[in-house]
Amino acid sequence: MEQLGQYIGAGLATLGMGGAAIGVGNIFAQYLAGALRNPSAADGQFARLIFGFAVTEALGIFSLLVALLLLFAV
Amino acid sequence: MDPIHQFEIHPIIGTGAFAFTNSALYMAITVAVISLFLLLSTQRRALIPGRWQSLAEMCYEFTASTVRQSAGNDGMRFFPFVFSIFMFVLVANLIGLIPYTFSTTSQIVVTGALSLLVISVVIVYGFAKHGLHFLKLFVPHGIPVFLLPLVVAIEVISFLSRPVSLSVRLFANMLAGHITLKVFAGFVVQLAAAFGALGWVMAIMPLGMTIALSALELLVAVLQAYVFAILTCIYLNDALHPSH
Repeated sequence: MEQLGQYIGAGLATLGMGGAAIGVGNIFAQYLAGALRNPSAADGQFARLIFGFAVTEALGIFSLLVALLLLFAV
Repeated sequence: MDPIHQFEIHPIIGTGAFAFTNSALYMAITVAVISLFLLLSTQRRALIPGRWQSLAEMCYEFTASTVRQSAGNDGMRFFPFVFSIFMFVLVANLIGLIPYTFSTTSQIVVTGALSLLVISVVIVYGFAKHGLHFLKLFVPHGIPVFLLPLVVAIEVISFLSRPVSLSVRLFANMLAGHITLKVFAGFVVQLAAAFGALGWVMAIMPLGMTIALSALELLVAVLQAYVFAILTCIYLNDALHPSH
């Protein structure tokens, strides 16, 4: 019974990755839209793109971590 | 077929807390590979660089331009620090991709130690250079006074979550990538074992997926090393110029 709860909890925790997916998709979509409008400025913003990606992705990774903790550490 | 099995640490020499483990062995290999690569490739310095020398120069220039862009010219005093971290994470990630090896960056202990080192350098250097003015980092300009307690609390929490997110990002990316690879590689064996000759034909799909995932993991390995380096630069930038 306890294990059942673990599995349900881990499955629910993975839902958080959907939010990170929306965020990361949004970042790259906006970058691409901006880059197509002004291709000469695109390369200069690559570091900011990666920074935004990393910060957003961290939240998805946190939900993966919660899922893994529920499965293996609780 | 346990996908977690590959992350197990077991002692090679000695026992207990001070044993020389497989994780320590691969960290030593990583450092040895970096040292040999950089020493041998820059031994015969030519004006027109050969293949190895241009690879070493590319690593140097890439990191140098990253540091200059995100921490400014006075950030270059931290170049050796950022370069060491970048090369260590990059080579550890790449070595971990070779089958039957151990990926040290998939251990939270290793990435946690790296990110604590980064944050300690930021805090110690920030206080050493700016004294108590370093605390201006938590007080942004142009905020109404009645909002200040809330904003300062948010800034402090965001600063404290940096080492956590820095270490967990690298660790979880490597862990998730290796688990996914292992699971899809396991499907190949399971299909072949369950359906015989038909299973071998069906196993082409997960095998193709494994190859595609390996390519993705190669990208992730380089990208996460770059992300680790650039976040280090951004945090160091806070220590160098705290008031904005």
